[in-house]
Amino acid sequence: MSAPSLPAAPPQTEVPWSLWKSQVSGLLRLEVKKYLLSKRALLLYFLAFLPIFPFLIWNLRAMLVGDLPDIAQASMFYAGMFQTLMLHLVIFFACVITFTNLFRGEVLEHSLHYYFLCPVRREVLVVGKYIAGQFASWIIFLICVVISFCLVYFPYGGQGLDYFTSGPAIGHLLAYMGVTVLAFLGYGAVFLFTGLLFRNPIIPAIVIWIWEGINAFLPAMLQKISVSHYLISLCPVPLSGGPIRVIADPAPAWLSVPGLLLVTLAVLFLASLKIRHMEISYGGE
Amino acid sequence: MSDSQDIIFRNVSKFYGEVLGVNRVDLNLAPGITGLVGPNGSGKTTLMNLMTGLLQPTRGEISILGLPPDRPELLFNRVGYCTQYDSFPRGMNGFQFIYSFLRIHGLVHPQAEDMTWKALEMVGLQDAAKRKVAAYSKGMRQRIKLGQAIAHQPDVLVLDEPLNGLDPMARAEIIDLFKRLSEKGKHVIVSSHILHELDVISDQVVMLSNGYIVAEGDIHGVREEMTDVPMQILVRCDKPAMLASRIFQEDHAVEAQMHSDGQGLLLRTRDADSFFLLMNRMVTQEGLRVESVAPADDDVHSVYLYLIGNQGGSSS
Repeated sequence: MSAPSLPAAPPQTEVPWSLWKSQVSGLLRLEVKKYLLSKRALLLYFLAFLPIFPFLIWNLRAMLVGDLPDIAQASMFYAGMFQTLMLHLVIFFACVITFTNLFRGEVLEHSLHYYFLCPVRREVLVVGKYIAGQFASWIIFLICVVISFCLVYFPYGGQGLDYFTSGPAIGHLLAYMGVTVLAFLGYGAVFLFTGLLFRNPIIPAIVIWIWEGINAFLPAMLQKISVSHYLISLCPVPLSGGPIRVIADPAPAWLSVPGLLLVTLAVLFLASLKIRHMEISYGGE
Repeated sequence: MSDSQDIIFRNVSKFYGEVLGVNRVDLNLAPGITGLVGPNGSGKTTLMNLMTGLLQPTRGEISILGLPPDRPELLFNRVGYCTQYDSFPRGMNGFQFIYSFLRIHGLVHPQAEDMTWKALEMVGLQDAAKRKVAAYSKGMRQRIKLGQAIAHQPDVLVLDEPLNGLDPMARAEIIDLFKRLSEKGKHVIVSSHILHELDVISDQVVMLSNGYIVAEGDIHGVREEMTDVPMQILVRCDKPAMLASRIFQEDHAVEAQMHSDGQGLLLRTRDADSFFLLMNRMVTQEGLRVESVAPADDDVHSVYLYLIGNQGGSSS
């Protein structure tokens, strides 16, 4: 004789948007503060202010030597620093540190169960923690972008000011800020997922970093399989290639922006699927 | 929609790779205090983690008040779990610890604040509310975890070794809290190594050994079903020698030990009912005066020793 079936769970009658909103806001309250004020955040602050030093030296050189290049060359200098130092190194590793640890960090600190024991859908937890990570990252790194950008034009005095008021500088700055936000959205989702997938997410992070780094030297077709290709396509000042670099046609903004957002959503969806079946087992950590 | 008030495990197994967590668990727990007893590694924590969805069963089905454990958004409105992990999110004081997670429940500020203070009061930590959890003693950390588990007033409270690290006074207070919750018709599921305290508070026990349930139910009922183990009965009376001689005329008596003061005896019998009948006859027909009669081994500790033995991890 077969045992009688267990009581069925009540069906979900409507999507509780307002409850989810309250729960995400509860998560933001807790998490943003943690990401901004924890010891791990010190590394983020170091990374964020790392690119400011070359621009301080740029200013120092301008003060001491006085031979400033053409202001258009200053734009090229910033574009080079942004695409290499900031995008490829600083923002990339800031995403590794912040987003792999959204859940991995809680596992290492044996505190993830407190989140799993709340009456919150695990997908909502993913979204809440991801948004909190984004907010904290934007606060730190957009300030860094603004400061470094202003420092490039500071030695030009009135000419630099004109470049802001009647030139293209404000547009460039907004574009760099937009690229920074998109970089955090895209890389953030990828590293949130790798943090859920791997016990040691540093190895996949380094593999991705190498891929993104060598990407510019690969055939144009392969360059399109990377986040950085689409981010660089959105940068306002294009860089010329070196002798061995293959310049792929930049992706248009109408493709890059929705494409990056779609990839972000797809990876977040995969992360939600993964976390739905995640178990708490701190034993091997 | 189900209105089940029970916690049901149906043929549940959990394996960690090839290592057995629990196997073929069938349980039906009614409201009240349920003690989970077993040596280290017997599967108590696995059972609790399965109940709360922190682990997923390899096989079988679980229903908590009609809710499946893999729907946290429904389950944890009605379930609170105080785990064995002695770890906390960094940098928080006691108040923030409870309050922050109530906000994640979706509660608004005044409600979350009010419930936080109530929970702190229930576990006696109002005065330490604004101190960092990291600076708490082991007993205070245990109490703040308990406070966090009960703050949203769940119908099912799952507690993994909740009495660890508590001083006797705090233990008494917490046990009293469990009793009050149980009297309100809630489920309180407690695992503990402190068997004599579980014995006092549990309405029913579940005994585990090596991932299997070896006994389940009211402890006296469990003991009565162990017919192959003679029952020990303590009798204080005026003629213990006569009582001893009479019971050895019956075939169920195994052993009798006289008390040194000559006013009682401890006997072992395979048929307690027959012994009680005999004693009643002696009282009415032969003037035996009985001061007290009490079973000496139908407590959790004795049953634990009979069924599980000294596998370690238990203390009386």
